[in-house]
Amino acid sequence: MYNQKVVDYFMNPRNAGRIEDADAVGEVGNPKCGDVMKIYLKINPQSEVVEDIKFETFGCAAAIATSSMVTELAKGRTLSDALKITNKEVADELGGLPPAKLHCSLLAQEGIQAAAADYYMRRDGKLPDGLTMPKTCIACGCEAGEEEEERFVSEHDRVAE
Amino acid sequence: MEPREVYLDNSATTRVDPKVTEAMLPYFSQRYGNPNSLHRLGREAREAVDEARAKVAALINAEPTDIIFTGAGSEADNLAIKGAAWALRERGKGCHIITSAIEHHAILDTVKWLGKMGFEYTILPVDSRGMVSPEDLEKAIRPDTILATIMAANNEIGTIQPVRELGEVCRAHGVMFHTDGVQAAGHIKVDVKELPVDMMTMAAHKMYGPKGLGALYVRRGIKLIPTLHGGGQEFGLRSGTENVPGIVGFGKAAELAKERLDAGEDKKIAALRDYLIEGVLSRVPESQLTGAAGDGRLPFHASFTIKYIEGEGMLLLLDAAGIYASSGSACTSGSLEPSYVLLATGLDHATAHGSLRLTMSHETTREDIDYVLEKFPPIVERLRSMSPFWNKR
Repeated sequence: MYNQKVVDYFMNPRNAGRIEDADAVGEVGNPKCGDVMKIYLKINPQSEVVEDIKFETFGCAAAIATSSMVTELAKGRTLSDALKITNKEVADELGGLPPAKLHCSLLAQEGIQAAAADYYMRRDGKLPDGLTMPKTCIACGCEAGEEEEERFVSEHDRVAE
Repeated sequence: MEPREVYLDNSATTRVDPKVTEAMLPYFSQRYGNPNSLHRLGREAREAVDEARAKVAALINAEPTDIIFTGAGSEADNLAIKGAAWALRERGKGCHIITSAIEHHAILDTVKWLGKMGFEYTILPVDSRGMVSPEDLEKAIRPDTILATIMAANNEIGTIQPVRELGEVCRAHGVMFHTDGVQAAGHIKVDVKELPVDMMTMAAHKMYGPKGLGALYVRRGIKLIPTLHGGGQEFGLRSGTENVPGIVGFGKAAELAKERLDAGEDKKIAALRDYLIEGVLSRVPESQLTGAAGDGRLPFHASFTIKYIEGEGMLLLLDAAGIYASSGSACTSGSLEPSYVLLATGLDHATAHGSLRLTMSHETTREDIDYVLEKFPPIVERLRSMSPFWNKR
């Protein structure tokens, strides 16, 4: 089902783990669908280069391989360049993924977006134009973090009361 | 410990016993007659089919004429359910069918398809062990209920159903009772003369026989409408030239299974199963058994959920260590939903994604299990070290 490169990135994942003093953390996916990816970033404040990046992933071999690949692709790029990484690039770099697993590469792309969004929110309190916080679970189209969303709404309602 | 290959996916299929292969071989090349031919080669093939039928019947204490050979367990399930449903509706008996939430797709999809054809159905829930309650069954029975189909044992979680009690409920209400015995037959003792079962499905490849061979036990007097029409083979219930080598292999596999059961080998393998279960639960933190424990589960069957990780990664890393297993995780099936069986037992999605099934054969040794118990815990640790849930639990 998987080619050798995917198997290699699953068996010998690059950049697995967490960064305790990360400048940004992005989490995408939904445990209900079987994939959750968390991306940690360390960013140089002057150059905005991604100096370190790590991932934690709950998911299948493809989810781990795409997480691993996207961290390799992003490392050393400026954040704005890292945001240009597409799911196609991730899948292509892995030599292709089975069709049923392409959503994992989308998750990887969104993981970078979520982490970048967290970085800008921490720094500026708002997102730059064109960047949105990923809200949809790519895997199945359900609302990712539905519970989070609900909690936010109810808290908002309380404030309004 | 020496690297080895350990096949623990026997619920998917078993290795064909060399004695079975040996029995089948002449029927490919020397005794290749069509059992419906009148000449000597045909008569030889007919005798071989009859002999195999008697052996399969003997495994479950049935009469040979009560055994219908089919092309698969799924086909036997289809014949039982559609055949009985059509026949009973034709006789004005009603159109309501009862089944359970953890049946094989061959049952669930067939019942749901009949639902589109004007039948009605009820799907019974199961408890956390995957057990159907006879009380629930009784409550679901309506005046127009014609058939209940509840599996004898589950393929994913190994739970053995209270077949006797379920059958008795059906009998008390005049409802026909079918059980999918694909996982049970050949592995636990089944006596259809003693059990209130009207029809039971079996499959050769789950008991060290060849793939592509199923059988349906049909209690004498039960009328079915065939799903395949043609030459009228198998008492008019399954047309098509008989797969003679396969049937011979099924017969031999059933004979060997009966010998093993008579020798009490099911108890020996159950002890090994409990050693495996105990070993995994004690060495892997936050792992849990799925399905029933002890006598409530198939003797060769162990199944778990390993929290905070996903099943596919476990399978691939086990595979790399020479251990062949399976999982009800969504990722292995190409869908996004984890096993409906695990969800039906009340597991949440994330936990159900971490399922692992290890099913042994009569050839599995204690050394095999020790090897698994050595290799598996570090695999879990490795995957958990990458899991966001493990790290923030």
